[in-house]
Amino acid sequence: MSTAPFSRNGTPPETFVLNLGPQHPATHGVLRVKLTMDGEYVMRAEPVCGYVHRMHEKMGENRTWAQFLPNTSRIDYLSAMNYTHAFVGAVERGAGIAVPPRAEYLRVITSELNRISSHLVWFGAFLLDLGGFTPLLYAFDDREQILDLLEGVCGARLTYCYYRFGGLCNDVDDNFIEGTRAFVRRMQPRFKLYHQLVTENIILRKRLEGVGPITAEQCRKYGASGPVCRGSGIPYDLRRAEPYSIYPELDFDIPVFSEGDCLARYLVRMEEMRQSLRLIEQALNRLPDGPVVAEKVPRTIKMAPGDYCFAVEAARGRFAVRVVSDGTDTPYRVKLRTPSFSNLSLFEETSAGMMLPDALALMGSLDLVIPDIDR
Amino acid sequence: MKNRLKEIASGLGSLVTGMRLTLAQFFKKDVTVQYPHQALEMPPRFRGHIELVLDEDTGRAACIACKLCEKACPSECIAVEGVKPEGGGKKMVTEYQLDFTRCSLCAACVEACKSEAIRFSREYNLAGRSKEDFHLDLLRRLEEQSKEHAARTPPADAGEAQP
Amino acid sequence: MSLPEPFRLLAFLVGLMGFVALNAAYLVWVERKTAGRIQRRPGPTEVGWAGLLQPVADGLKLLSKQFIVPPGADALLFRLAPLLVIAPGLMGLALMPFGESLLALDVNLGLLMVFAFGSINVLALMVGGWASRNKYAIISAARVVSQDIAYEIPMLLAALTLMMVAGTLNLSEIVALQEGPFWRWNLFRLDLNPLMPLTFLIFYTCMLAETNRAPFDMAEAESELVAGAFTEYAGMGFGVFFMAEYANIVLGCSLMTVLFLGGWQSPFGAYSGVWWFLLKLYFLVFSVIWVRWTFPRTQFYNLLNLSWEILIPFSLFTLILTAAMMKVM
Repeated sequence: MSTAPFSRNGTPPETFVLNLGPQHPATHGVLRVKLTMDGEYVMRAEPVCGYVHRMHEKMGENRTWAQFLPNTSRIDYLSAMNYTHAFVGAVERGAGIAVPPRAEYLRVITSELNRISSHLVWFGAFLLDLGGFTPLLYAFDDREQILDLLEGVCGARLTYCYYRFGGLCNDVDDNFIEGTRAFVRRMQPRFKLYHQLVTENIILRKRLEGVGPITAEQCRKYGASGPVCRGSGIPYDLRRAEPYSIYPELDFDIPVFSEGDCLARYLVRMEEMRQSLRLIEQALNRLPDGPVVAEKVPRTIKMAPGDYCFAVEAARGRFAVRVVSDGTDTPYRVKLRTPSFSNLSLFEETSAGMMLPDALALMGSLDLVIPDIDR
Repeated sequence: MKNRLKEIASGLGSLVTGMRLTLAQFFKKDVTVQYPHQALEMPPRFRGHIELVLDEDTGRAACIACKLCEKACPSECIAVEGVKPEGGGKKMVTEYQLDFTRCSLCAACVEACKSEAIRFSREYNLAGRSKEDFHLDLLRRLEEQSKEHAARTPPADAGEAQP
Repeated sequence: MSLPEPFRLLAFLVGLMGFVALNAAYLVWVERKTAGRIQRRPGPTEVGWAGLLQPVADGLKLLSKQFIVPPGADALLFRLAPLLVIAPGLMGLALMPFGESLLALDVNLGLLMVFAFGSINVLALMVGGWASRNKYAIISAARVVSQDIAYEIPMLLAALTLMMVAGTLNLSEIVALQEGPFWRWNLFRLDLNPLMPLTFLIFYTCMLAETNRAPFDMAEAESELVAGAFTEYAGMGFGVFFMAEYANIVLGCSLMTVLFLGGWQSPFGAYSGVWWFLLKLYFLVFSVIWVRWTFPRTQFYNLLNLSWEILIPFSLFTLILTAAMMKVM
């Protein structure tokens, strides 16, 4: 689109360093990016992370298996249910705990609701970066419905600590089921509103089309996953590639766009929200009766020494938890593989030579949550 | 050339559509709640800080100071003390301190308790001027709550001693 | 009663300063309330009934802050920039015919003078950005200059089209020529210029760009450059820039009202007066606010491309078409 005029007359360009500091409206959190700029063009963008490092992995070593559960919600607070799912999945694999079907269905319903709410936040914040202030409020209005539903179920709005080893901490009531069906019905016309107001808007199209191209090769090199890789043509979604829970039984599409620009990633996420609604509706229709927690779950989990891993498709990409057990009641090691860290590492290479607003649009389309990068 | 003109026309059309949609929203009702003039009702399962449950029969806290909640808490914010009464019977709690500045509302304590002695309150509008305002003494809170409850509901048979 | 000339002008200028100040304050309130309504929320409500004292509170806040000159900033230019930026707004408004005799300066070259004063605006932002010695401000100043130069050309071409239609540069005469029911307003005079609505649209877009309003507010893009050219201004310095932005919007909308919508003429042919002018003015101002809260920001090269590749050819085309029609008719 617009590449920088590198050296005129063979002399190196006069550059200056602009610090997109840890406190900045566009960096979605506490991320520092050192931009070496030539006028309006970004020569080099060096992200400096670590400002929100809270040592979750170290905390994992000092807490029992059950005590680590609140931490999982706080790694990526927007997609908390998915992250808790990964951790309890890993422990259930290690301790050999089987989850009853009702719990699996409810896990999928709540995870997909969480995915929609995370994408709505991304949608609002991305458009805020681009200068459109209003869709943020509309998205948050929808998100409020989701948060109210989940608050009625587990009592929390952001850092749910809803899943337990072997199932859920409590069952849902009819209010939730009716409310979720009403929400699914409500969202269809809202998507139409977003489509007409935002997606078809010529200004937005000009802003995103062709901007920030990420090739499939770059995705593979940096291990980018989630909507970033699906926007570059790689049809990798863990719900199909490494199926877990009851996803194999549900019918949904994986949106893939091959252009690799910001618009492709935008469309992937909008389509993913639609597919999540589809998943929720199917899961609600097929929701079986039964217990929501496995029968014999020991109070203190003890598992045989070894490595256990579980990966989920979180809203941002592939989130994997690897727990190493040494037979005691606290893990020996909890390794969290977060998607935003890999997605951020794409930024340095892909933003070279772009203009500053384009680079920021690219960063917004990567959907970074900084606590997810730093853990 | 023709494509260009078509693009300009459709672009202009999209702008007009956008403006029409925001104007439609202009005339709709507000979706916000003007807190503190209006307040929302918290759902029954809302997680406020924990509080002790009153045992109706004994008139005291149902807590037996078994310290399961203290052990279960990931943030080490509960401190429980109890004494065993002479004449046998379960322990009675004498002190229950919650350091709410560290609590993550994870429900580990509520689930760990075997005597159903703690539950989540529905307090959400907490404000204080110092950290100590959030070092909650839950026994004192229970006493104040049961006094309020006694003041509001007259005793079933008058003359029955209320501890 | 009519005052002797210098006192009449002085009275008008004082009145205009009050008008500008009142507008700057209460257009902020209108903007916030409109933004709130579009976003399904109330907007300011706490201070005063329906938040009407909010601008007063904001003004007091800005006045109470210290005007800090950053170390290394050019002392004279830094202090000069807020003055430079509010001056063109006032001067331009002095030329606007608010009513039949409500005109501070009746100048034959009125239209030309408005554009001449408008260019000072660019200079002021450039001076402010440069004098701040802040990278964000300098980038923003550079953007402002290229944006404003690019958009002045189609604006002048559209105004030229209108001037040919009206035959005069005198603003009060232009309004007088639009006397009669609303189909006599320039906007609907398709017999003189069949593409008049297009000219209006071009002028409107250029006005948005000249005043750095969304979707053309790259220069003060909040999410990228913090506050653009006025990053370093605190307290009333920022307040003056803010006021100047609204003064420019009022000036631009007044100009459009005068040129296209018949100024103080009533749409029914009778009961003309300053109230019609104000009604049309504030209708246009509302549309400017409405546009801001609907659309995202254009990318900088798209902004420039829009001007150089689309607006200038179209405005040239309408100019030639109008000239041809006038020759033929």
